[in-house]
Amino acid sequence: MADGGSRQSGGYIGQSVPRREDNNLLLGNATFVADIQLPRMAHVAFARSSLPHAKIKSVDTDSANGLNGVLFVATGKEVSAELPPINGMQVVTPEGWRSRVDTDILIPDQPLIPDDKVRYVGEAYGLVVADSRYIAEDALELLEANFESLQPLPDAETALIDGAALVHDHLGRNVAAFLHTKKGGGADAMDDAPHRLRRRFVHHRYAAMPMECRGVVADYDARTDTLTIWSSTQIVHWVRREVSTALGMPEERVRCIAPDVGGGFGGKGHVYPEDILIAWLSKKLGRPVKWIEDRHEHILNAAHSRDNVYDVEIGFDGNGRILAVTSSFLVDSGAYTPVGAGIAGNSIAHMLGPYDIPNYETDCKIVLTNRTPNAPYRGAGRPEVGFAMERAVDLVANELELDPAEVRFRNMIQPENMPYDVGLTYRDGVPMVYDSGDYPKALQRAIDELGGLDTIRQRQKDALTEGRFLGLGLGCYVEGTGVGPFEGATVKIDPTGKIIVATGACPQGQGHETIFAQFAADLWQVPIEDVFVTVADTGHVSQGYGTIASRSTVTASGAIKIATDEVHEKVFAIAANMLEAGEADLEVRESGIGVKGVPDMHVSYLDIARAAKPGWDNQRPVGVSPGLESTSYYEPPTVTWAYAANAAIVHIDSETGQIGIERYVEVHDAGVLVNPALADGQVKGGLVQGIGGGLLEELAYDDQGQLITGSLMDYLLPSASDVPPITVIHHETPSPLNAFGVKGLGEGGAIAPPVVIANAVCDALRPFKAELNSTPVRWGDVAAFFENSV
Amino acid sequence: MNNHKSINVTVNDEKYSGEAEDRTLLVDFLRDHLRLTGTHVGCEHGVCGACTIILNGTAARSCLMFAVQANDATIQTIEGLAKGGKMHPLQKLFSKHHALQCGFCTPGMLMTALDLVHSRTNLSEEDIREGMSAALCRCTGYEGIINAVSEYAEQISSEGSING
Repeated sequence: MADGGSRQSGGYIGQSVPRREDNNLLLGNATFVADIQLPRMAHVAFARSSLPHAKIKSVDTDSANGLNGVLFVATGKEVSAELPPINGMQVVTPEGWRSRVDTDILIPDQPLIPDDKVRYVGEAYGLVVADSRYIAEDALELLEANFESLQPLPDAETALIDGAALVHDHLGRNVAAFLHTKKGGGADAMDDAPHRLRRRFVHHRYAAMPMECRGVVADYDARTDTLTIWSSTQIVHWVRREVSTALGMPEERVRCIAPDVGGGFGGKGHVYPEDILIAWLSKKLGRPVKWIEDRHEHILNAAHSRDNVYDVEIGFDGNGRILAVTSSFLVDSGAYTPVGAGIAGNSIAHMLGPYDIPNYETDCKIVLTNRTPNAPYRGAGRPEVGFAMERAVDLVANELELDPAEVRFRNMIQPENMPYDVGLTYRDGVPMVYDSGDYPKALQRAIDELGGLDTIRQRQKDALTEGRFLGLGLGCYVEGTGVGPFEGATVKIDPTGKIIVATGACPQGQGHETIFAQFAADLWQVPIEDVFVTVADTGHVSQGYGTIASRSTVTASGAIKIATDEVHEKVFAIAANMLEAGEADLEVRESGIGVKGVPDMHVSYLDIARAAKPGWDNQRPVGVSPGLESTSYYEPPTVTWAYAANAAIVHIDSETGQIGIERYVEVHDAGVLVNPALADGQVKGGLVQGIGGGLLEELAYDDQGQLITGSLMDYLLPSASDVPPITVIHHETPSPLNAFGVKGLGEGGAIAPPVVIANAVCDALRPFKAELNSTPVRWGDVAAFFENSV
Repeated sequence: MNNHKSINVTVNDEKYSGEAEDRTLLVDFLRDHLRLTGTHVGCEHGVCGACTIILNGTAARSCLMFAVQANDATIQTIEGLAKGGKMHPLQKLFSKHHALQCGFCTPGMLMTALDLVHSRTNLSEEDIREGMSAALCRCTGYEGIINAVSEYAEQISSEGSING
């Protein structure tokens, strides 16, 4: 164990404890937001634009209003008269980042329903509330909207042309943010590099696509002036904040609950207009109101992601040592950019990955276009920049006729150089220092798992002599995880002696209730059944942040630890009083507190809870306040650094270009694993999403800004028969930054597969000097190499 | 329009009667009229499989059918799998093999797997992967699902050989 690791032997941490979530989900007893039915509930449907960029001249609602069963119709006019837009900066970066990264940021606010113009296909221009969803959708057909088409801005490069139309006229430009940063001599150092290589890399647009679409139910209670919102979201406390702001209600009177949530992966990681509109409608109409997104709406309107273009130059010497990297990249943010510069900030911070590269300079434009808003999806900037960097590393190897593995080993940060000062600033405003790990060992292990480099190269040669094409693809990354600003937890001992834990984390299948119970059971030395965990409910913890950015294991465990320590202080004081012993002689043991070395001298948490109560006959020592409860916040000093090495072998069918992945290996290090089975599931699930993104999934627009992949017939998700054999090997290098030695791992799996596949295919097609520098990797493009070589 | 028709169905061995418009989808009838919300709606166009039920003995997409088409049908949904408070063997195997994370696809996965295993014999892993590709999962990467269904298929096949 490294410094700071306090994993308890014989405890629950480190065990693959079965999930407490499974029972309800397997029995059909779960409650997803669509399952909520309340008396007098009304249903909402949204009218969504089929035009990418158009002035709203008028929307006639008379016929819709006249339909039997319709309760209310609103357009942008009614909505903007009563409700402010959502602040464009739902995530505010700290001064420490803004001052160290040159920024020029003009993020537009997002109207809940626009009244001037629509800015992407799928943006709402009206809504109907009715007795049933069927009637609400009937009424949508009766809305008569009159639009005037404007010049569409179908992609970032078009939006940057001088004289292009503006997505947001008042901004005066289509760039939401310029960012720039450098390390060492930056671009100037390129002049000293003996070899230089320039390429453009494109990471296309795809999305989280959880199996459950979004949805919101709101219920305003006039008697208590309280609003309860159930949203399929990853961030209940943000929803509460934005609803409170929009409706002018104290946060205390707004409760947001994420019930069972059917996947999120970042796509549910910010506040959407519907979260606020449904709350507003419930208050306005005095009825519970429900909106469930359908899949077509989800594909049009829920955040898309990726969609970056990188122009990269890489300078290196004859040994393959990388001396300088420059990158100029565009992020197509679509019509709004709900999490501001967060994704691009990640790209900037993660480009150098596990390599020791002295000079780096990058600039970025976050460009507003007439596409669906772009927000984080699993990886959030890292898959995009990783694709550019890890392709470039392979190209360096090709240029020098070195093995791509060898070039990686020559450039990797060595374990003896940990902690390693990167020389950049993370988006939490703290200088980046990789905290722990052994990057070369991870890569070696991944290659060995596939048979070792010599064997693989021999297989490749043998295949080629038989006219078959086999390739090895590598991809390495580091990932800042467990980012701040904070997470909250409430820990208490119930009057029954049970341990009660609530946190601001908002899971969507990760198994938080199980792993938080593991933490608490070890901290309190109780059977795990005696720990009761509540997540995703603002009513149970006053401040929280939510489950995004591979953070909850790190941040919520930190908050549970602090809150527990605070309750422990009182527990020890009261137990000392009860046992007539000194606090220093006491220890936590077997569901209570005992005197060290004296098995009989013991009081249970039940006894201590009774002793701690307010009022008559309590047994608190003088000066100790009643109750055993603490709400505390963990503010991480900075991120913990997870990392991984990926390797895969592919076979190419020379007739069709079909890419078959023989085997995919990821060696992953997320520090101490709290529940190895769940950790494994997170990484594997992420890998399959990455494989989907690399090969199958695409949100394609035509040159007029029309989305042409509007159903799951067009947007191809990986199915069971698309998945190759996958091996995940966990290294556990504890993070020195927190009490449990944990790092985050939710996103990691999805980062590398697109580039690993591209590298593997190019490796297989070496005889053709093939280069595939954009995603998705299409069979047709692969087949073209064969056709063109004939 | 909006004619109401009476619908009689047997769901999980219980008889239900209700009324629905001609256009009411079967899945909406199950969820909203019968309040059996265990069956989920994932795409409403027959791709994702979350709404899969067993209809007259065969897996069917309840989002692609009207309720009136199921009149007099016998239906099995996730709510009917556990008997007498005990989980169905397949449910236990899903938990054992970590075959679910968010659990949204799980009802459709279970129904798809039951149909696959009980309608075919000698299933290879490839058969199971192909059969289970009728339902999409976004969380797990499928490994746990395939392992759970494979073990269930082995159980059923060994029962069959004992019984037969």
